[in-house]
Amino acid sequence: METEQLIESLGAQLTPVRRLAPPSLRAASWLGAAALLGVLAVSLTVGLHIFSSRVALPRVACQCAGEGVTAVSAVLAALMRSVPGRSPRWALLPLPGCILWLASSGLGCLANGWSLHGPAGFIGESSHCFAFILGVSVPLAAALFFVLRRARPIDPLPVATLGMLGVAATAAFALEFFHPFDVTVIDLALHLAAVGVVMALGIGLRRRALAAA
Amino acid sequence: MDGQDDTWRSLMQAAQSGERASYERLLHEITPFVRNVARRHCRHPHDLEEMVQETLLTVHRVRHTYDPARPFSPWLTAITQRRAIDILRRRKRVSSHESADMRSIETFAAAAANQELETVRCAEEVRTLLQQLPPRQREAVEALKLREMSLAEASAASGQSVGALKVNAHRALKALRALMQGREKQARGRMDGN
Repeated sequence: METEQLIESLGAQLTPVRRLAPPSLRAASWLGAAALLGVLAVSLTVGLHIFSSRVALPRVACQCAGEGVTAVSAVLAALMRSVPGRSPRWALLPLPGCILWLASSGLGCLANGWSLHGPAGFIGESSHCFAFILGVSVPLAAALFFVLRRARPIDPLPVATLGMLGVAATAAFALEFFHPFDVTVIDLALHLAAVGVVMALGIGLRRRALAAA
Repeated sequence: MDGQDDTWRSLMQAAQSGERASYERLLHEITPFVRNVARRHCRHPHDLEEMVQETLLTVHRVRHTYDPARPFSPWLTAITQRRAIDILRRRKRVSSHESADMRSIETFAAAAANQELETVRCAEEVRTLLQQLPPRQREAVEALKLREMSLAEASAASGQSVGALKVNAHRALKALRALMQGREKQARGRMDGN
């Protein structure tokens, strides 16, 4: 088909469209909804006492801040990258949060060693953390893909990578409200494995889930 | 450039509300811009046109993502660059998995069928010989002789001046003639040897 004919045919197919809301507004809506659900879930179950006792320790407070900052910045970056013409440098936004998260968790590992339960219960409660991150991430990822696919991203790989990092970080942050013990090597390894699984699944499903243009 | 961007911005805004005339004008106006951006990634006229058309199709699919509060050119450039990269990657993937099988052409008893196949074989031979030419000469002969483009069209598509195109096409034909004569001599030599 000649380009002239293509232009004519696109003109004939033209219908009015509803303009997409700015990425920052869409990010705020998703994060607001996730926060609201989180507050409801925590207040109806364990309450704030686990979180408030753990967060008194500065290192744990840094770890929680790292997770929270990663969640917010990665979701915002994913929504920015989903629209053509935004700077590719948005992809670097979650980096400081990630560094804070990993560094403070790493310090916890240095303090607590491999496991709090000795060789007999090497994995201990950490397997529940893995299941929690995966279980919370699935509905959050579905909701984020729903928001992202409206943009029909032209380059879905960075969008899916950043989006799933944001989802997994949100789930890891939510876990802090239900996590009664400090981080250990095996605990961090399982947290990171869960984050990796969430990201791999999201990246694998990106074309279909994001309705890439 | 700013004035042009403002025009495109308002045309797109009108297109988003369904105004066909503005949309068609916008697509016509952005086509040379898209072609220029795509040319940074590829100079082959066929691939270039595919990039332009893919970009226009993507503009149509994602026109709701354009925010009139922001400049239009970066939005369009991002789409063009993405489509150009996708097409080049696809080409690379296909060429790494597929190759032409020259021996798959059979000949048949019916003369008409053979004539058709001979034409295909000759075309393949010319294509092989074309690969031996320098890129500028090959580009000139492909555009002017095989695609039957006018000098102006070929010049716009290849980025060569009209004068350079004429010279390159002339040299290419001379080189092709020499290559073909060389092949014929080789074939005759083989037959005499048998």
